[in-house]
Amino acid sequence: MDNNELRTQRRMAATLARRNVYIETPKTNSFFESMTEEERAAFAKNSARQSAADKRRRKIRGNILTVLGLIVASIAALLAIIPIFFTFLNSFMSSGEIIDNYGVIFNSLSGYAQGGATFLSKTPTLKLVPQRVTVEQYKNLLFMSPTYLFKFWNSIILVVPIVAGQMAVACLASYSFARYRRKRREILFFSYIILMLMPFQVTLVPNYIISDKLGILNTEWAIILPGVFSTFSIFLLTKYMRQIPSAYIEAAKLDGANEWQIFIHIALPTCKSAIFALIILLFIDYWNMVEQPLVLLTDPDKQPLSVFLSQINSAEIGIAFAASALYMIPPLLIFLKGEEYLVEGISRSGVK
Amino acid sequence: MGKYTDFTRSAPGTAKDIQDTKDAVQQPSSRSNVITAVNEDPSVRKALKSKKLRLRRRRKIREWGEFTLYLLPSLAGVVVFFFLPLLMLVKTSFQRSSTNTEFVGFKNYSRTMDNEAFIKAAKNTLTFAAISVPLAVILALLLALLLNSGLPGKSVFRSILLNPMMVPVASIVLIWQVFFSYNGVLNGWMADWFGSDPTDWMKSDKAQIVIMLLFLWKNLGYNMVLFLAALNNIPTEVIESAKMDGANSITRFFRIKMHYLSPTVFFVAIMSLISSFKIFREVYLLTGDYPYDTLYMLQHFMNNAFTHLDYSKLSSGAIIMCIAMIIIVGVLFFAESKFDADVEE
Repeated sequence: MDNNELRTQRRMAATLARRNVYIETPKTNSFFESMTEEERAAFAKNSARQSAADKRRRKIRGNILTVLGLIVASIAALLAIIPIFFTFLNSFMSSGEIIDNYGVIFNSLSGYAQGGATFLSKTPTLKLVPQRVTVEQYKNLLFMSPTYLFKFWNSIILVVPIVAGQMAVACLASYSFARYRRKRREILFFSYIILMLMPFQVTLVPNYIISDKLGILNTEWAIILPGVFSTFSIFLLTKYMRQIPSAYIEAAKLDGANEWQIFIHIALPTCKSAIFALIILLFIDYWNMVEQPLVLLTDPDKQPLSVFLSQINSAEIGIAFAASALYMIPPLLIFLKGEEYLVEGISRSGVK
Repeated sequence: MGKYTDFTRSAPGTAKDIQDTKDAVQQPSSRSNVITAVNEDPSVRKALKSKKLRLRRRRKIREWGEFTLYLLPSLAGVVVFFFLPLLMLVKTSFQRSSTNTEFVGFKNYSRTMDNEAFIKAAKNTLTFAAISVPLAVILALLLALLLNSGLPGKSVFRSILLNPMMVPVASIVLIWQVFFSYNGVLNGWMADWFGSDPTDWMKSDKAQIVIMLLFLWKNLGYNMVLFLAALNNIPTEVIESAKMDGANSITRFFRIKMHYLSPTVFFVAIMSLISSFKIFREVYLLTGDYPYDTLYMLQHFMNNAFTHLDYSKLSSGAIIMCIAMIIIVGVLFFAESKFDADVEE
């Protein structure tokens, strides 16, 4: 019987078997059929040994791959963390030691000389561990130069109202966008998104014009007010609030809750992690800001620490590390406290 | 009518609504549970219908009012601080100057487009975005895949990699200067190990690389977390059945995972694009007002125009940028919807 015919027959049998009709099919002359009992046993043993070897090899390969992956991940993690560590460790050196180690860099850099950098024969020494641990830098910074504390306070005074205000405004607005979906609202929402996507370069000019018109230029309000009404958090929160199951809201309505009660008791608690994540994100973003104060606050006394730090770098290298370290402590503390919220908030924002 | 106000809360046209309205129209006779035909009298029916319509309209208006109230604070602020000034911006971009309201057509635009500094700034910004955004997306995706491949200590790595995002740029600039300045550590190492001549990292064509490193250092963590979330959302059954069918890991990645990841890829790309436009911050902190040629970003152009208060230049520049941004994002959205069409189950 030729092979093709046999195949057709077996296929037919399979089709019928699906309808619970079983017919005889001719035996195939397979390799397995042609073996004797002993041969079969030997074959099984052999293949068992082979598959065991295979498994072992795969395990070893998997282990090697894991180790390689670990190495790559560790390198990435090291690269990520080293600058932060470096700053903190160096902040405990004495000013003299800092100047000893890095003075050569900043000497050639002073005043951002245009192309005037000359290569000095002395190379800087990168040191991670201070010779002697002192808090001299911090002492100098906190007690000798009051400008630093002033600027720190300036940063706080700008960032806290912006974050608080934007969250309050954004929660209300995104609740409205999430619950009331009509055509014109969607268009408005889309224009909010476009506004969010606009780079600073575009929104800064209108900001400048309007604060000039309102007469708040060169005051904190010129930065706080546009910050409060920035649409970034509305976009993410709306996305989040639209995921609230409508059954919750309907149930609350049946129990006689009004919109405000639904907002307070259902929408806000459901979005808790998103709100915390946004608070963290906004805090970093505004703690970091440089452009707005540069343009909108011409008075250097009102500028926040971020702008000031870029000037301290070249002038007083002795305390620069401590200043940098102190400046990154608040966001890092917030990160340590709220990392889970941050990760969850970011994760949910990207997933549709 | 006070009696009916609370009906506005229930869904339109519920039985209760009609029943009570009927009670009001037809006097006590229908208080019992007997169902009486409502439509016996055409005038009654008409009155009922109009009442229903009126109630529905009132409810709609109330709903609109309530939700608009929630939106109002944000809307007022956005209109005052963004929409109105943007309109003013459009207006000034067609004027000779902010004080001279003479209409000059597109003269300001052509003047800005011809401006050498603007062209340079735009070119630099776009080049930077064109190189760093794909890099940020791909490297973050690779990192996420690495962490997701059953590596021990995944969450530890994630926290560490997310750390740079929290650190303010101003604090980290110092380290970058220590490494990359002409007399910096990196040049010292290069001289020690390879005996190579020092490179002036910040003042040569390599300056963009240095900034790119800073950009990637800061943004990879955030992008990676987004990708990790997306990878976790891929249904395992699909991956498993692909494994059964004998697809190897590369095929699995491109044929299956990529399809589930594509919305996230676009989201990450857009987010990275936004932050790549913000790179001015890093450049300014590292190099000041007038950096090396390839680092002259759009914001420098803006800042320098601010110091001269050249409104017409500023506004036309901003509008050109606005349009460019809308086009870029529009293309991305369009590409996403095209790409997504066959992914939707």
